Amino acid sequence: MKRGSLLSRRAVLRGVAAGGLLPLAGCSLDSRAPGVMSMLDKAESLTGAAQRALLAPRIALAPEYPPGAISSYFKPNGSIDPDDPDYVSARQTGFADWKLAVAGLVERPMSLSLADLRALPSRSQITRHDCVEGWSCIGQWRGAQLSALLDAAGLKPQARFIAFFCADTLEQTPDNTGRYYESIDLVDAFHPQTILAYEMNYAPLKVEHGAPLRLRVERQLGYKMAKYVMRIEAIDSFAALGHGRGGFWEDRGYEWYAGI
Amino acid sequence: MASLSSTAAPHVGATPSVVLRHTALVRVCHWVNALCFLILLMSGLQIFNARPALSWGQATDFDHPFLSFSAKQDDSGDVTAGETTLFGRSFDTTGLFGASRGSDGEMEERGFPSWATLPAEQDLAMGRRWHFFFAWLLVINGLVYAVNLTAGRHLRDLLPSRADLRAIPRTVRDHALLRFPKGEEALRYNVLQKLAYLSVVVAFPILILAGLTMSPAMDSAFPWLAPLFHGRQSARTVHFVLAAYLVAFVVVHLVMVLVSGVINNMRSMITGRYRIEGDAR
Repeated sequence: MKRGSLLSRRAVLRGVAAGGLLPLAGCSLDSRAPGVMSMLDKAESLTGAAQRALLAPRIALAPEYPPGAISSYFKPNGSIDPDDPDYVSARQTGFADWKLAVAGLVERPMSLSLADLRALPSRSQITRHDCVEGWSCIGQWRGAQLSALLDAAGLKPQARFIAFFCADTLEQTPDNTGRYYESIDLVDAFHPQTILAYEMNYAPLKVEHGAPLRLRVERQLGYKMAKYVMRIEAIDSFAALGHGRGGFWEDRGYEWYAGI
Repeated sequence: MASLSSTAAPHVGATPSVVLRHTALVRVCHWVNALCFLILLMSGLQIFNARPALSWGQATDFDHPFLSFSAKQDDSGDVTAGETTLFGRSFDTTGLFGASRGSDGEMEERGFPSWATLPAEQDLAMGRRWHFFFAWLLVINGLVYAVNLTAGRHLRDLLPSRADLRAIPRTVRDHALLRFPKGEEALRYNVLQKLAYLSVVVAFPILILAGLTMSPAMDSAFPWLAPLFHGRQSARTVHFVLAAYLVAFVVVHLVMVLVSGVINNMRSMITGRYRIEGDAR
């Protein structure tokens, strides 16, 4: 292989050796060794690039289903009842005084109530929610199109990602890195099916599913679809957030691009 | 491109002769495939363990999976037993499916046991990384093999002829008696070998397609993909069942390699050289 190719020959050999010996040697080899990790990361970049190329020629929509396909049971996952004091008090008033903050690299920072969000161009879609664990549920969602919100706020030219900061803490840590957050790039942010959902199955979004507002990124796995969204920021890099990998689960080893 | 039947006819007589049985390309593809399959299998079982149940359709049937592994706990929450439920019938599979001992010796809830998964401990994120890396390698290797198969004459070695199909009963009997072809006849694949290898060549692309169907991005790029398998959960089931079929193939394959001349067989897949016995009459 030539220099500069995606995988160096040495990395492949090292990986093959590591991969081949690991199961046979009774797992004495560390499957999380930095060399192994960086080799495995190559495939993530390749998968992301390949899927982006396949999705790029047209604005490919995630499949949508008829109302009859809606699952009778939609599994709530992750946090189902955040105990953050601000969230708890907002919830007690039915989110009447709750506001979504839109900040970061935008021309016009905003603070939007649920009524403001409902006034934005919306989309209703019945889609399949795919969890990284392997299960799927079909549900209806209605919400403000993120593209409309970002157009209203006006992205600055440096903006490359949209970050979502949530009310729930999924892991207790001293440095507060256990708080849920997510990030997506502008391709997904401006996709027509990317919405900030306030309605699920034709009723106001329930707390277990992320009330008052949940992100839907239909062409990716469930963990990208942050629940309890409190603040949105346009950013140029997510290196400074959490452990720097772009999301709560990403910080715990999952792929930032969750198309597969 | 040389292949089994197209190899220059060896001199068969009283003295044994050695022929080039497998081309270098087939040999390399075979071993890369073997490595990929082992890692994909073990990391796949790790991924399966995140939700050790299978159902049919687009969405998960949480109430009635047709296969599920689960654990039983006592009053203090300790895992006591593992259970497998298949089409509504439950079996005690403690130690194997549903519950087994982890590296600390404690009984824990897990679908497949730690010796069968990569990594050994439960770690879905790492399992996915291993799986997708070696999936790429498997696909690239498979494409090289497929081009060779269709461009060269190797496909002819795998497709059974009408005479082959008529010979199925006799070949089954010969196999049951562990009577294997000798001499030049051993160079040709018999009908059972052809069907077995052909089934693997067919199973792999379907298995890969079913795997890709579990990807929400792929289902968006190719809307026909999920309906092809009757939904994402069905695709997950097909992926699992075909993987199980390939495991069964590998078991039979290894047994046959052992009983039909292990050294000669191994050498022919490593160096390519296969020794033909003198006339067996």
